[in-house]
Amino acid sequence: MESIGVLMPIPMSSYLEQELEKRFNLLKLWTVPHKTQFIKDHSASIRAIVGNASAGADGELIAALPKLEIISSFSVGIDKVDLKTCKEKGIRVTNTPDVLTDDVADLAIGLTLAVLRRLCESERYVRSGQWKKGDYKLTTKFTGKTVGIIGLGRIGKAVAKRAEAFSCPIAYFSRTEKPDSKFKYYPTVVELAANCDVLVVACPLTEETRHIINRQVINALGPKGVLINIGRGPHVDEAELVSALVEGRLGGAGLDVYENEPEVPEVLFALENVVLLPHVGSGTVETRNAMADLVVGNLEAHFLKKPLLTPVA
Amino acid sequence: MAQDNDNHTESQLPQVLVLRQPGCWTMLESNYSHKFNFLKAWDSPLPQDQFLAGHAGSVQALLSSSIGPPITANILGMLPSLKVIVTTSAGLDHVDLPKCRERGVVVASAPKVHTHDVADLAVGLFLDVMRKISAGDRYVRDRLWASRGEFSLVSKIGGKRVGIVGLGNIGLEVAKKLEAFGCSILYNSRKEKPFVPYRFYSNICELALNSDALIICCTLTAETHHLINNKVLLALGRDGIIVNVGRGAIIDEKEMVQCLVKGEIGGAGLDVFENEPQVPKELFPLDNVVLSPHNGPCTPEYFMDLCELVAGNLAAFFSNRPLLSPALDN
Repeated sequence: MESIGVLMPIPMSSYLEQELEKRFNLLKLWTVPHKTQFIKDHSASIRAIVGNASAGADGELIAALPKLEIISSFSVGIDKVDLKTCKEKGIRVTNTPDVLTDDVADLAIGLTLAVLRRLCESERYVRSGQWKKGDYKLTTKFTGKTVGIIGLGRIGKAVAKRAEAFSCPIAYFSRTEKPDSKFKYYPTVVELAANCDVLVVACPLTEETRHIINRQVINALGPKGVLINIGRGPHVDEAELVSALVEGRLGGAGLDVYENEPEVPEVLFALENVVLLPHVGSGTVETRNAMADLVVGNLEAHFLKKPLLTPVA
Repeated sequence: MAQDNDNHTESQLPQVLVLRQPGCWTMLESNYSHKFNFLKAWDSPLPQDQFLAGHAGSVQALLSSSIGPPITANILGMLPSLKVIVTTSAGLDHVDLPKCRERGVVVASAPKVHTHDVADLAVGLFLDVMRKISAGDRYVRDRLWASRGEFSLVSKIGGKRVGIVGLGNIGLEVAKKLEAFGCSILYNSRKEKPFVPYRFYSNICELALNSDALIICCTLTAETHHLINNKVLLALGRDGIIVNVGRGAIIDEKEMVQCLVKGEIGGAGLDVFENEPQVPKELFPLDNVVLSPHNGPCTPEYFMDLCELVAGNLAAFFSNRPLLSPALDN
């Protein structure tokens, strides 16, 4: 399989690169100065792409690779892959579900506690010497608050399980109501937002869910509500979010993703009710290795004509 | 005439001596001044001793808090009529309990009011240290994401062994919450608890050796002073982290700082310190340390519940009913 060309657009994991280099001809696009020419030169041998949350495969790239058979994403979200074109051309797509569920759910609760209890801000308070002058102000209790989840898939359910341990009543919005779920269902995101204290975005990014958090939803969540985004930046109308936070129409936000990573609206830096993380949802050594193993496993399965491990439907 | 009536009414209210404002003072005073006549020592121009000598001779009830002053034998000696101390904290390390027992002074504490808030903070600090939340937030705000690229990877929380030191109300809540994150729970306590599903370690070093993280949830007593010493920290090891929401003096702070600076333990989340509000400045440059200004119980809901309990204990005493939350040592 060493002659099979596997294209990787940006660096994402040295462990993954190592494992791919052992088995395939790994082409690291970010290391070459003239990318378009490089792709042309190797188009006859590139049969796979390994993308991630930031760089996938759009229509243009797919069109430039006539021998492309499979796109194996180092992520669970595949909004950066042109699924329609893949379907038309019979190109298979795989992702990395399950292995990162716990890490992302852990982070959702970590962000919630950090925002409600002002962990980052009170850290700054101590480090700047202000504690010597007086106690930090009151913060907000988490136990017992209502947690609203958008998308009750693997990650959504894992978030619910953790929040339940804090005696949080759970409510959710989903494309369809889940009949076997014990949680309260709301048919619209606005209604969910109006009836919860902490709103967590945990659904896939599609055309329907783009800007699912808009001005109306933000206003419904309100000046005491907190938004936690562990999904994708474009789930949230970022400009609306920023103005709501600045104007005090939204109580707070914990964000791991942004519309245009790694750009983060700098006006948020001055706010003490916001926690900003650099897309670290699945950022643990164990999980990234497990994700890499899935990527490699899927590629091997494909080229050895065995069933794919985690194909995207 | 109205003034006379007011004075008459005020002097009929039961007297409660308060030496220094507790954290919940504003709420307590505004909600309960019509029920109790609070004798505010800090309001007087007189130094405390003189104030007590002149005004506290007939005082039966004292409201105290862990932010002091400590209720020493000396202070008790100046309160000949004292019968009850109601404290706003769960911890009683600031009250001379043997002297109270000797004098027949009963003590009421506030053991469960802040359980959830403190447990939430313990979990929050644990998550913050493990997933580098405060450090990641600084990374973004310092504009390093764009210039330096991806933030460093950390280690997964699921499957970590968490050793809880002190399995009281708070320790049990922390255990229950962390189980939902896939952590396995071990503990050390004065005595083994018969009906808990967690593994008990009678030796704190053994607990540290078998834990990936230690969470200090116990009270400060003579036995637990500097319980976490150099030996325990080294047993915890280079990848181990420690979270303290108990009292600063449970950990030998100097030793812990050295271990952190030298990398002999992996990180720490601290809400309490030996000499608050002093925080060892060697900790400031460390990215694997999260510092919190004794915020354990710090939400409005907590203060409301606390005021209700304090007032409830005082009312029970003055109407000869059993205290709502008598301290176990009574």
